[in-house]
Amino acid sequence: MTRQDALFQFLLRMGDNTLILGHRISEWCGIAPVLEEDIALANTALDFIGQTQFWLGYAGEVEGKDQDADRLAFHRDAWDFRNVLLCEMPNGDFGQTIMRQFLFDAWHSIFLGRLLKSSDPRVAEIAEKASKEVAYHLERSAGTVVALGDGTEESHARMQAALDYLYPYVGEMFLSDEVDQQMAEAGIAPDPATLREEYDALVARVMAEATLNIPENRYAHKGGRDGYMHTEHLGHLLCEMQWLQRAYPDAKW
Amino acid sequence: MTQASVEQIWQWLDAVPDPEIPVISLVDLGIIRDVAWDDETLIVTVTPTYSGCPATSVINLDIETALRDHGIDNLQLKRQLSPAWTTDWLSERGRARLEEYGIAPPQPAGGPDRCPHCGSKNVTRVSQFGSTPCKAHWRCQDCLEPFDYFKCI
Ligand SMILES: [Zn+2]
Repeated sequence: MTRQDALFQFLLRMGDNTLILGHRISEWCGIAPVLEEDIALANTALDFIGQTQFWLGYAGEVEGKDQDADRLAFHRDAWDFRNVLLCEMPNGDFGQTIMRQFLFDAWHSIFLGRLLKSSDPRVAEIAEKASKEVAYHLERSAGTVVALGDGTEESHARMQAALDYLYPYVGEMFLSDEVDQQMAEAGIAPDPATLREEYDALVARVMAEATLNIPENRYAHKGGRDGYMHTEHLGHLLCEMQWLQRAYPDAKW
Repeated sequence: MTQASVEQIWQWLDAVPDPEIPVISLVDLGIIRDVAWDDETLIVTVTPTYSGCPATSVINLDIETALRDHGIDNLQLKRQLSPAWTTDWLSERGRARLEEYGIAPPQPAGGPDRCPHCGSKNVTRVSQFGSTPCKAHWRCQDCLEPFDYFKCI
């Protein structure tokens, strides 16, 4: 794998995470439990879609096959997506959406923090922009996990169920392969495995405050970030997200 | 034709309102990072407020329209991500106008220091997000009016 191929894959991973999770949270638009949450989720989705434009825009330039961010977002099939499985998991109830958000935000904020020092100036500047927004996402999702976890009997039970359901998808964010090794060697991005300790400490702190128990089993579902095998949920998501561009290629708003 | 001076162009841009908060100009908002002539081409460097802010494309269009109206045909808009936009770049005039308009200006403490309607310090947060990506939703406990707070980033 050439350095250029590895960088392209790395950029797809970053952009697909924000694209797919951004689309997932936008599914709440208009139907969230209360207006304030509806607006908060839509604004978070908007930040993610904006960050996606930067990551996939750069990915297209690195690939050099005349694909822009829109082309990459709307004309690839499920097996070409490189997001972690966590991002494509269904919304479930509001608690599950917020838990998924927190588990991702915690990784995202730590990872972007390291990318600020990337040897690739384009990566560093996108991280600089995104990390300010993500600090805000994390503050909100962590606060909401605590409020619901340490809330009523009902909200506590739902948050614990969400954590039990989603925790097996956490491990994939810390796997590393040849792409990561190349990025680490070039000083472009850290080896994700090196961030696990910091992540665990952050998650443990928030879960303790939320009175929730972190599952002991570290089994990790994988196959998203390397495209080996996505869950059945991604195809359904893409079907909705991509249909217009697939039905009417290059349609303009 | 003689080229308009850079100072003149800054003044023209200062007359272009923010599309979502029209009481402040794009210059007040601090998103115009540079104005410079490169030979015959004017290069205006703009930084986005938030990555996904839907106003970004409208802002670019407004800049282009305003400058073309002043006779500038060779125009290039350059996007700059770093240094990332911060509310520290809001002008003093911009901050005052926001408050007059009913939007509490950003504070380093992370929340408004007073209600923009009655001046009371007795305010509470309703939501970390608001009507646009750059705002949060607060309420005054004295006059009971809700208001937008311009998030500090
Ligand atoms: Zn008041």
